[in-house]
Amino acid sequence: MATDITTDTSLQIGTHTLGSRLIVGTGKYASYQLMGEALDRSGTDCITVAIRRERLIDAEGNNLLDFIDTSRYTLLPNTAGCFSAEDAVRVARLGREILLGLENPGADWVKLEVLSDTKTLLPDPVATIDATEQLVADGFQVLCYSSDDPIVARRLKEAGATSVMPAGSPIGSGQGILNPNNIRICLEYLKEGDPDYPVIVDAGVGTASDVTGAMELGVDGVLLNTAIAHAQDPLRMADAMRKGTEAGRLAYLAGRIPKKLYATASSPEEGTFTAKPR
Amino acid sequence: MLVQVNGDDRELAEGTTVAQLLEQLELDARYLAVERNLQLVPRAEHAEAILVEGDRLEVVTLVGGG
Repeated sequence: MATDITTDTSLQIGTHTLGSRLIVGTGKYASYQLMGEALDRSGTDCITVAIRRERLIDAEGNNLLDFIDTSRYTLLPNTAGCFSAEDAVRVARLGREILLGLENPGADWVKLEVLSDTKTLLPDPVATIDATEQLVADGFQVLCYSSDDPIVARRLKEAGATSVMPAGSPIGSGQGILNPNNIRICLEYLKEGDPDYPVIVDAGVGTASDVTGAMELGVDGVLLNTAIAHAQDPLRMADAMRKGTEAGRLAYLAGRIPKKLYATASSPEEGTFTAKPR
Repeated sequence: MLVQVNGDDRELAEGTTVAQLLEQLELDARYLAVERNLQLVPRAEHAEAILVEGDRLEVVTLVGGG
């Protein structure tokens, strides 16, 4: 009897239930039109957005919201570009206000980024913990962009983070999961006694095998942007990412064979009639 | 009176409210959030929030991002 491959739990992040384990960013596309098509092809139902100044002088130009069906996607506002806890808290509150106005379910959560320097875009762990505490106290469900340091990850969870999102490698770098060992330890620490705590790899994904590899480690989801937006064929890559996510999750649930040093033949010994090596 | 909106100086009539400012800018408040001197001004308060000389305002919206 074949296993029903459609049986898997949904991705649960706090009070949000997502149908896809892929979260996709809306930035860096050649056009909002292309972005809309790529999001559709990716199969995601959750997309990140940024908060920036409204253009006051030039009323022309496209508005992101004209290309996004806010009844189809849960929006996840980010605090990208913030280098202090204070700024991240400001931006999170502004994002919440906009999503309340749009009546989008994403009005109660935020992807928290508190960066430390512009070259690496690595998160400032101390400021991220500080901002997490402030935002949790203000009623947010906080999804923390973090490094792959398991100790920081645990501190963020203790600070009340709804999800910890360790980076595979620097934002936009396309290097994939540089330290799967750390991701595994993050999973162990974050899910200790709490197996459903959501852990999402966010940042550095370059291609489909990166997503598949992350899902095979046992992460609950992957968040990516540049890998699709800057692929030579973003629509094709969106397809690949959707399939890669599914393949990785299936492989994880299927339970892989262990890695062995030596060979184990796939064809039987019994019944052989040819000479063995001397 | 002089205020700052999104980093630029702007001359406004005394007693201008946040709601009136958005009207002057021809912006739809539904897609925006307004911050005044680092504090969020909720949409419900836009019509009552009277701006004063020196106020620093940020009028923000959603854009693409990762």
